[in-house]
Amino acid sequence: MSATESPSIAARKAAVGAGPERGPAQRPVAGRRPRFSKAHLKEWAWGYAMIAPLFLGLVIFYLWPIVQSAYFSFTSWGVFGGQQWVGFQNYSSFMSDPQLPRAAWNTVKYSLIILAGIPLSIVFAALMNQVSGKYASLYRVLYFIPVVTMPAAVAMIWRWLYNGDYGLINYLLSLVGIHGPHWVSDDRYTVWAMGLVGIWSSLGYNMIIFAAGLKNIPRQYYEASSLDGAGRIRQFFSITLPLLSPSIFFVSVLSVIGGLQMFDMVLMMLGKTNPALAGSKTIAYLFYEDAFVTGNQGLAAAIAVVLTLVLLVLTALQFRLQKRWVHYG
Amino acid sequence: MFRKALVLAGAGALALAATGCSSSKSSSGQAESGPVTLTYGIWDAKQKPAMQEIADAFHASHPNITIDIQLTPNADYWTKLQTAAASGTAPDVFWMSTTRIGLYAGQKQLLSLSDKPGFDNSPFPKSLNDVYTLDGKQYGMPKDFDTVGLWYNKKLFDAAGVKYPTAGWTWQDVINAAQKLNDPGKGVWGIASPDWTQENLFNTMLQAGGQAITPDHKKSGFDDPKSLAGLQYALDFITKYHVSPTAQQMTDTQPDQLFASGKVAMFADGDYDMPEYKAATGLDADVAPLPAGPDGKKATVINGLANVIYAKTKHQQAAWEFVQYLGSKEANEIQAKTGTVIPAYNGLSATWVASTPQYHLQSFIDQLNDAVPYPVSKNTAAWTTPMQATLDQIWGGKLDLQTGAKQIADQMNAELAKE
Repeated sequence: MSATESPSIAARKAAVGAGPERGPAQRPVAGRRPRFSKAHLKEWAWGYAMIAPLFLGLVIFYLWPIVQSAYFSFTSWGVFGGQQWVGFQNYSSFMSDPQLPRAAWNTVKYSLIILAGIPLSIVFAALMNQVSGKYASLYRVLYFIPVVTMPAAVAMIWRWLYNGDYGLINYLLSLVGIHGPHWVSDDRYTVWAMGLVGIWSSLGYNMIIFAAGLKNIPRQYYEASSLDGAGRIRQFFSITLPLLSPSIFFVSVLSVIGGLQMFDMVLMMLGKTNPALAGSKTIAYLFYEDAFVTGNQGLAAAIAVVLTLVLLVLTALQFRLQKRWVHYG
Repeated sequence: MFRKALVLAGAGALALAATGCSSSKSSSGQAESGPVTLTYGIWDAKQKPAMQEIADAFHASHPNITIDIQLTPNADYWTKLQTAAASGTAPDVFWMSTTRIGLYAGQKQLLSLSDKPGFDNSPFPKSLNDVYTLDGKQYGMPKDFDTVGLWYNKKLFDAAGVKYPTAGWTWQDVINAAQKLNDPGKGVWGIASPDWTQENLFNTMLQAGGQAITPDHKKSGFDDPKSLAGLQYALDFITKYHVSPTAQQMTDTQPDQLFASGKVAMFADGDYDMPEYKAATGLDADVAPLPAGPDGKKATVINGLANVIYAKTKHQQAAWEFVQYLGSKEANEIQAKTGTVIPAYNGLSATWVASTPQYHLQSFIDQLNDAVPYPVSKNTAAWTTPMQATLDQIWGGKLDLQTGAKQIADQMNAELAKE
């Protein structure tokens, strides 16, 4: 139920059940302050009871840590705990960290690569839409497997594939006469290598969303347009793409959030002792190093807060911009 | 869709919390008289069978105490331990290294063993006792020690007609041999010279007459020209002689794996990697002492682990009984016989050498006379972390050695000044 209809229904019930009260309660449309009755409260109580487990989980595991992180970002920590207030010192040392520009650029570059991979998911989803029968689910499973595979396993396998001397990728390249680089130990290639894996591992998830979006587009539009003489390509750009735009918007919001938080592949695919590590760190990796390697939790909290704010701003921006290009059916 | 994602995320968080709870249950309070489960944190999968054998033997004589071994790979061990210690949930008993003892004992994370009734450190070498002693109190029960030797692939030496390394070898002998053994056509490298410190650089710096840290642990030795010569020697294999895989190649495939698979003819490595080479199929290897430097100086760092008790353990008595057993001759003999490591207990090194007769393990023992303690200070990790990152840059060709070594010395001196 939506937030706007519940008070009015409740208000009507109240008017019927509890009889006339003072003045405005009898008005059918509720104002800002709904009236309370027993039945009314009971209904609410049930509603809250139902969402309580999730809500509590959110408060304990999401909201409270956010508040704590914000507080910790103004403190300095000992290696084994114990903190003291230091004001904005963590923020200024983060901003003046010589590693920051490179890490920020790597993070942005990775996110852009991931975003650039979205059209690929659309194409695959459209292709999968053409397949029917028992193979459809087989394909769906095949493409979805990377999504449910443990990131550590994914990173290990790709690390082998990317191996400069003995990897499968460079072997295949050598067959066509290309001498492949050291993908995961040369920082000219690491972000691209990680981006490729990022696209590969999110392909299945994005495809499912796009496939659902495609299913929601009424067939009549295609039939009508083909009667008018539209070809497949014209149909794709004039019908499919606009009507798929809500899904595209959703996926791009999630991709930006996921891309800017990228960390696991740096740690697991590159590893801690890697000549390419210094040139491949992301913002989230800087956070990890401060929080868990050097034990500088205050600074790590400051990084987390900055990253959260950047994500909030970017997501808000995307929501504003969507009005220009997203069509809701 | 957003809501669904939130539900999933919430469920995930709950599941995580549930597993988190179950893993820390073992250290919750129980009466000492009842059955007790002690957690024992270790980092080496190769040693786990021996540790399990010791734990089982201990359980047989102390049926009330069960040992739950928690293996965390070395790369994450200290990260995890530090976080666990900060939240009061570290294992009851765990492995400690010389690099971290200053930090953990200094920050009151460990129980003093000297205060325990019946504590006896006389069976262990003085150097190992000393390194685990802070302000007159010993915090670690020495477990083992390790030195570094020059491993070589006999098959590759025979094929190239090069004589096997001996105790009399110098740097120049290694360079000559590496050049003869190197065969790019077959994908064979003469030597692997990574920027690993304990196995490679700390030793070459010492052999050149330099040092990583001054003996009083107050100043860095990385700006000493002799230390620089030691680093240069190790780096030259890659950049000057081209007889070692590059840093990139050794990142993609670790040098010990390259050696185990017969791609590398020589590799300086500790005795602790012996089980890996023993298990490698088709590898016919042996080990010799490290070569002497240009002035004939021989040196290897000696490092050793210890077993320590977490200060916040709920089972002090049981933990002490276990640590006492870990320091017993019986437990050390198990370590020696399985050949995993050189036990710290005096007089057992011969048992260890005899455990694996196919290798001249005596090479590791013979070097004890030239052994120098592993470089440490009160908070060793504070300067080793940036040191390794800078070495990675030098080895990766992003930074020249002179500038890099100066940078390490400056970073290190800044950290040492804070201690």
